[in-house]
Amino acid sequence: MKTVPFEEALTRYEPVIGLEVHVELGTQSKMFCSCSTNFGAEPNTQVCPVCLALPGAMPVANRAAIESIIRIGLALNCSIAEWCRMARKNYFYPDMPKDYQISQYDEPICTDGYLDVTVDGKVVRVEIERVHMEEDTGKLTHSGGATGRIHGADYSVVDYNRAGIPLVEIVTKTVVGTGALAPAVARAYVAEIRDLMRALGVSDVKMEEGSLRCDANLSLNRPGDPWGTRTETKNVNSLRSVERAVRFEIERQAAVLDDGGRVHQETRHFQEGDGTTAPGRSKEQAEDYRYFPEPDLVPIAPSREWVEELRLTLPELPSVRRARLAEAWVIGEFEMATLVNAGILDIVEETVAAGVAPDAARKWWSGEFTRAASERGVEPADLPVTSADIARVEELIASGALNDKLARQVFEAVLAGEGSPDEVVAARGLAVVSDDGPLLEAIDAALAEQPDVAEKIRSGKLQAAGAIVGAVMKTTRGQADAGRVRELLLERLGVEG
Amino acid sequence: MTSISRADVAHLARLARLAIPEDQLDHYAEQLDVILQSVARVGEVAAADVPAMSHPVPLLNVFREDIARPGLDREAAMAAAPAIEDDRFRVPRILDEE
Ligand SMILES: [Zn+2]
Repeated sequence: MKTVPFEEALTRYEPVIGLEVHVELGTQSKMFCSCSTNFGAEPNTQVCPVCLALPGAMPVANRAAIESIIRIGLALNCSIAEWCRMARKNYFYPDMPKDYQISQYDEPICTDGYLDVTVDGKVVRVEIERVHMEEDTGKLTHSGGATGRIHGADYSVVDYNRAGIPLVEIVTKTVVGTGALAPAVARAYVAEIRDLMRALGVSDVKMEEGSLRCDANLSLNRPGDPWGTRTETKNVNSLRSVERAVRFEIERQAAVLDDGGRVHQETRHFQEGDGTTAPGRSKEQAEDYRYFPEPDLVPIAPSREWVEELRLTLPELPSVRRARLAEAWVIGEFEMATLVNAGILDIVEETVAAGVAPDAARKWWSGEFTRAASERGVEPADLPVTSADIARVEELIASGALNDKLARQVFEAVLAGEGSPDEVVAARGLAVVSDDGPLLEAIDAALAEQPDVAEKIRSGKLQAAGAIVGAVMKTTRGQADAGRVRELLLERLGVEG
Repeated sequence: MTSISRADVAHLARLARLAIPEDQLDHYAEQLDVILQSVARVGEVAAADVPAMSHPVPLLNVFREDIARPGLDREAAMAAAPAIEDDRFRVPRILDEE
C-alpha cells in the first residue's frame, strides 16, 4: 500500500479525528436480563429466553447499568437527558438473535460533554458528542476459508454469552487542529477514558479482553479546504494500536490524495502485525437500520434528585489525582505516565501512605516488583508483598541494618513466601556488617592480594579503591556498607578521601 | 396521504432480505399503501393536545436490580438450534457479496 512519510503528509494536510469508544460495563448481570456477565465462561452457558430472543421474553433494564452511564456522563461533563428512550437498531447479522440490537438513536442519555487530555504538556479539549446505552453482541467465529476472516468463510459459529452485556458508547465530536499530535491525542484520549472508567469503577476496561474497544475515524484536508472523506478503523485493540492506526491512515490517505485520488468512505480493519489498515465494509451507501423506539422498554427519565445523588458518588478524577500526586511526590509528567502505564499508581500511593518515601516507593514498584510481576505473569499489586513490608525494609535500610543489595534479597525471599522481612532477615542472617573489625580484616586481606592496587591508591589514584571495595563486598557476601568500607580503606592507607 | 413508490418497496425488500420480482413491486406498493393509510387515520383523530406516544402505558423508569441468576442450561438453550458445532450455534456463511 502506498504511503507518504508522516511528517511530509502533515506539511500538506490537516488531520481531523473522531473516536468512538465502547465500554463493557462491569455489572453482575446483563443489560436486559439476569444472565451473568462473567468473562470466559463455557459457550452459551450464560443465556436465557431474553438474550436468546425466545418468543414472549421481555427485557427489563438493569438499574446499575443506568446508574453507571449517568455517572460516566457526569464525569465527562455531559448533560443528562430528562427523558429518553431505547431504540431498536435493525439489521441482519447472527451476532444478535433478535435481528436487532437495543441501542439508543436520537435520544442518547448523555450529551455535549468534554474530556481534557494532556499531550506533550499541551492540554487538548476533546468534546463529547454523546454517550449512549446499548447491549453487546454475541461472539462470532468464522470457519472455513483460508483466513478465518468473514470473507471466504464457509460458515460461522456463535456464542451468545456476550449478547446483552451492557455496553456504553462514547462518541467524540470531530477533533481538529491537532496536526502532528493527532495520533498521540487519540491515544491519550483512549487512555484517559480507560483511567476514568477505572476510577469510576464501572468497568475493568481491559482492551485485550474487549471490555474497552475503540474505532478511530480519520480524514485529511488541505488547509482551508472543507473536511475530507473519513474512514473508520476498527479492531484497534491496544493504546499503541490507536496511535499506530491513526498515524497509518494519515500516511495512507495522504498518498491517495497526492495521486489525485479519492478516499473511500469505508470501514477499515487495523492489522496488528504490520500496523497497516485493510479495507472492510464500504459505507458509501448510508446504512439504514430502521431505528424505532423500543416498544418493550418504557422511557428512562432520571429525576434531577437521582442525578445529583449520583454526582455525589463521583471519585476524584484521574487527571486531578495525577496532578495532586505529582506535586506531592515532586515528579514530572513523564514519571507519572510511567507509573500509570505500568498500572502501579494505586499501589505506589498506598506504599507512600504506609510511610515509605515517594522516591523509594516508586523505585521498588517500577523496578524490582514490576520485574517480578511480569516474570510471574501477575499484576504488581497482586504480588505477595505488602506496603508494610516495604515500609519495614526501608526502616532497616535507614537504620543501616540493610543495604540496597540485601534489601533486594529480603524482597526475593518475601516474594518466595519465606515470611515477613524481619523473619527473612533472621532466618537468612542478612545484616550489614557494621562492626569495623571484620571489615578491616577483609580490607587487609584484599590489600595483601592486590599490592599494586594498594600502591596506586597510596599515590592518590582514588578511583583504584573500587577494586578493593569490590573484593571486600565479595568476601562479606554483600553484607557490608560499601561507603564505610571505602572510608576504612582510605584511613588504613592514610589517604585523604 | 401516504404514497409508497416502487423504489420504496424495492428498498424495504432489500433491507428485509426479501426477493420481490420487478413485476410485483407495484402490487406490493399498492397493498402497503392501503395498510399505511388505514393506520394514518389514527392521526386524524388525535387532537393537537394529545402528545405522540411510543408506549401504551404511561410508565417510566422500570428497572431490575443488578443480580445475576442462572438462565437456561446449554442443552435447553440450544434445543431449537438448526445446527450446532463446538457448543455454538452454527449459522450459514454471512456475506456472499464482496
Ligand atoms: Zn439472558
